[in-house]
Amino acid sequence: MINTTTPLLQVEDLRTRFHIPEGTVFAVNGISFTINEGETLAVVGESGCGKSVTMLSILGLIPIPPGEIVSGKAIFRAKDLIKLPESEFEHLRGDELAMVFQDPMTSLNPVLTIGKQITETLRTHLGINQEEAEKRAVELLDRVGIPEAASRLGNYPHQFSGGMRQRVMIAIALSCDPSLLIADEPTTALDVTIQAQIVELVLHLRELLHMTIIWITHDLGVVAGMADRVIVMYAGFIVEEALVDDLYDNPRHPYTLALLAALPRVDRRRDRRLNSIPGAPPNLLVEPKWCPFAPRCTYVIDRCWIENPSLELIAPAHKIACWVDVSLTLDGSRS
Amino acid sequence: MTEIQPLVVVEGLKKYFSVSSGLVFKQKAGFVRAVDGISFSIAKGETLGLVGESGCGKTTAGRTILNLYPPTAGKITIDNQELNSNGKPDLKEFRRKTAMIFQDPYASLNPRWTVSAIVSEPLRVHKLFKSEKERTERVNHLLNLVGLSSRLINRFPHEFSGGQRQRIGVARALASDPLFIVCDEPISALDVSIQAQVVNLLEDLQDQFGLTYLFIAHDLSMVRHICDRVAVMYLGVIVELAERNELYENPLHPYTQALLSAVPIPDPQRDRARRRIILSGDVPSPINPPSGCRFHPRCPIGKERCKLEIHEWREISSGHWVACHAVTNP
Repeated sequence: MINTTTPLLQVEDLRTRFHIPEGTVFAVNGISFTINEGETLAVVGESGCGKSVTMLSILGLIPIPPGEIVSGKAIFRAKDLIKLPESEFEHLRGDELAMVFQDPMTSLNPVLTIGKQITETLRTHLGINQEEAEKRAVELLDRVGIPEAASRLGNYPHQFSGGMRQRVMIAIALSCDPSLLIADEPTTALDVTIQAQIVELVLHLRELLHMTIIWITHDLGVVAGMADRVIVMYAGFIVEEALVDDLYDNPRHPYTLALLAALPRVDRRRDRRLNSIPGAPPNLLVEPKWCPFAPRCTYVIDRCWIENPSLELIAPAHKIACWVDVSLTLDGSRS
Repeated sequence: MTEIQPLVVVEGLKKYFSVSSGLVFKQKAGFVRAVDGISFSIAKGETLGLVGESGCGKTTAGRTILNLYPPTAGKITIDNQELNSNGKPDLKEFRRKTAMIFQDPYASLNPRWTVSAIVSEPLRVHKLFKSEKERTERVNHLLNLVGLSSRLINRFPHEFSGGQRQRIGVARALASDPLFIVCDEPISALDVSIQAQVVNLLEDLQDQFGLTYLFIAHDLSMVRHICDRVAVMYLGVIVELAERNELYENPLHPYTQALLSAVPIPDPQRDRARRRIILSGDVPSPINPPSGCRFHPRCPIGKERCKLEIHEWREISSGHWVACHAVTNP
């Protein structure tokens, strides 16, 4: 879980913006976090909170322009990924860093066979011949639980179901035994029983390959049972960071509290109406100068409208960006 | 449940879509049995949940009940008015009593129409206003009901957020004073913080107008919250139906059990401690559904018998219906 050695990835003050005809989108506004070797970190937030842009920035996949990485470092094995030239990045992506995306249909090439797509990756990164690559591809498909792997190499993506396509994506991502896997909503497009299969598979592979995983999701449920640590993002900021049990048992940022209270539970009888969060997320075209959650927050105080709080340690391994200590508010709501 | 006259009765409803093959000389290659004989009733003011995974036929069922697709077979009765497969007596009156809220608030509103035009379309179709003034008043009233300012009446859909658009969709559904609304995944395209707003709105409107809902969803946690009774669909058929707490606390069908065990719980200790039933494989094709019980190829407790015989639909305890050989009578 927590070790004191140097982290595998250390992100510092990352700021990513997009210049579009309507103005500037303040997508990621100075976020810092680390992930240690062997750890599973969940990044949770709603659409537009900057969770995917953060990861794409780290992986050098932001189109520039319209994107611009204004500042920041992402130190991975003594290399700053933000400043890394594309030629070096090509080796790193796939070899050391791998990514699995949300929609397995759009991330696979529809006119190439699965076999071709896997062997291509293998030959590029491992420098092996086609025959060896095919042998390895069968092993990989087998490892992610695709039945009769050898006979499926000649199939096209549309011949696979959604869950099977995501398995293929995972097989490709893990083909070179990367040390860090970034999974961007890998189960969002899938049904719950298939989601359970994929989560089970990733957990199994995590054990097998000693992988470090960053799991991006909007679903506080999926990561509860599998993450070690959780980061909650809102409007391009990290608003709370804690060990998984701490975050769910003792959430301290008003946004995390509200989010958990807005979720119905499959394992509990209904006892009240859902607590809804009023309003909508802020317009990202406006430069954030105060707390971005202030307009929707039940604990808001005057200071929230003047200064944006930074992410501060409030308990061991537990950080929040908030001026108010919600644990001191007995009732929990001021409305 | 007390014996009250149900508002909606669905009996043996089937909807098949024909599949053709060949590019030039199209030949009928078979049928997609999207809905293959489902029956249930919904009492006035009740919310029935219809859950299942993608492709199980829940959306088709909802649309067929409202006659957006003509049913292949079966009987639908809403407010004592029967609508059968071979005739359409007074479809318009039937349509006035019913409404639908769609999944995608981006695709279900005409981008070239103003909010006013969208919300008043049912009023125009059913000739429910006499003067322009009356129409505007009615639209303003509907917008206020769903928590939108009547100042927004001349805006276009693209000027609204997802949650607001879904509110416009709800206002349109309410326009013709319907008795029965089919909510087809009304919140699954929305962010978590917005979902609760729309769910609370639907509940308030139900209390206020005594609405009856068929709530189609795949989010089993939300269904437990909002529905009174829940029906579980698998490959075109209902495999289990019960009052919500009975279904969630005492699921009998192996598919329901697997489905519920797969729902993530936002509580780390609980989530780690519980036993997940991981189903193998995917949902088979509804063109060639498996023989006997449709769930048998994936069923963890399936027996030889399940491959041959179609399960009977029976009431195990009061109001708890299930279709499975393995479930024994108490």
